[in-house]
Amino acid sequence: MRHLLGIESMSRDEIERVLETSEAMLEISQREIKRVPTLRGRTVINVFLESSTRTRVSFEIAAKRLSADAINVTRAGSSLSKAETLADMARNLAAMSADVLVVRDSVAGVPHMLAERVRVPVVNAGDGCHEHPTQALLDAFTLRQSLGSLEGRVIAIVGDISHSRVARSDIYCFTKLGAEVRVAAPPTMMPAGIEALGVKPCFSMQEALPGADVVVMLRIQQERLAGALFPSVREYAGTFGLNARTLALAKPDAIVLHPGPINRGVEIASDIADAEPSRILDQVTNGVAVRMAVLYLLTGGAS
Amino acid sequence: MSNPDSGHSGHKYERAVERENERELARGRVVLDAAGIQRATTRIAHEILERDADVSDLVIVAIVRGGEPVAKLVCAQLEALAKHAVPLGALDITLYRDDVVARGVRPMPRPTRMPFSVDGKRVVLVDDVMFTGRTIRAAMDAVLDFGRPAAIQVATLVDRGHRELPIKVDFVGKNIPTARAERVVLRKRADGELEVVIV
Repeated sequence: MRHLLGIESMSRDEIERVLETSEAMLEISQREIKRVPTLRGRTVINVFLESSTRTRVSFEIAAKRLSADAINVTRAGSSLSKAETLADMARNLAAMSADVLVVRDSVAGVPHMLAERVRVPVVNAGDGCHEHPTQALLDAFTLRQSLGSLEGRVIAIVGDISHSRVARSDIYCFTKLGAEVRVAAPPTMMPAGIEALGVKPCFSMQEALPGADVVVMLRIQQERLAGALFPSVREYAGTFGLNARTLALAKPDAIVLHPGPINRGVEIASDIADAEPSRILDQVTNGVAVRMAVLYLLTGGAS
Repeated sequence: MSNPDSGHSGHKYERAVERENERELARGRVVLDAAGIQRATTRIAHEILERDADVSDLVIVAIVRGGEPVAKLVCAQLEALAKHAVPLGALDITLYRDDVVARGVRPMPRPTRMPFSVDGKRVVLVDDVMFTGRTIRAAMDAVLDFGRPAAIQVATLVDRGHRELPIKVDFVGKNIPTARAERVVLRKRADGELEVVIV
């Protein structure tokens, strides 16, 4: 493994290797001393050029639990504000003997571009509307905890499919692991030709949820999209929101995921987010383990 | 992960290696059969009790994965002899290995299960084959991350010599002189019986 740029380019074997490695990593976070010496003397630089709390902290904790040094770079305090190019900044970070660059950017393709220009493993921590591979891996890991295997399971992904990097990575990941994936959104949020990814587009909850083992709710960027892609937040909540009434369409023991941060009362009702079917906080816990696995596997080099 | 040939190429390759390994082991010379293993683990259990008959603060920690079947046998013997429950844990030391930390090789780590505190306990680490001592070094570091035991002792089914670190074994099932290049492996046969072979 040289880089983790997206799920699209990974084989099923590679995905399963990460998930299996994550099993061992999960236990470390439950210890009193939550640290192993594996990445002693290694340096992980988190280059987060788009705002993020959960993912950045998760990567930082993952690096530290493996005894690596973790350093965070954000756009505001970086030399990018002096018009240095991204590639030059990455080369400079690599020249300081960084062992891994974790990159988040609002522009799709930035992690790939940097991976071609530096000799350091690059992890994509979310690039624009393209991919968010560690989120998909932690989603798959969380589902395997409850379901065992994803083979033959029906998974409905609901929300802004067009603009969601989580949706894209989840689609690649779940289909590679053998699941049947449906995507549900209003027509304004459904990309044309999504069938090509091997998923079934649905335009209502009544179409998407019957028989589903899993419902993945995506965050609606209400501050940006209300009025543009749907008439009002209230109408969206009424048609594509997950509540007791719509969840009842899925299998009785269906599981609910959400990549966070959640909009209570918009895409997901509070009583669902906080109740038994929700694995939202497990996702956050598992995210650290999955990112530990990714850092562990990527720092192996050509062994 | 876009470059699968840079080290590990996933499970298929590993399964193929494992099958080849199985074939090689099946051709090995048996140095300890199931009955011998039973006797050796009984002896280890007796020696553990001779050292200190009080089992109230004793915990057994198997080193994953080879130590697990040995530790199960030793633990069962101890419980039968002392008529007292003896907690059994399993410690994966992959993330503490010196070749993993220093050189970056990436073997698959396995889950650790330590369902008890080691504080103030007498911890007996159990492995299948004692060789260079590097595994025990890593295991001691790992145990100390779980707390402060009163003592750490080491039991091994087979001691084959060739120590590279100043580490001694407290309880030995059987000493087997070997050449450095030979492999000594505890394996489960197709019929479920355990045996130790030299290849």
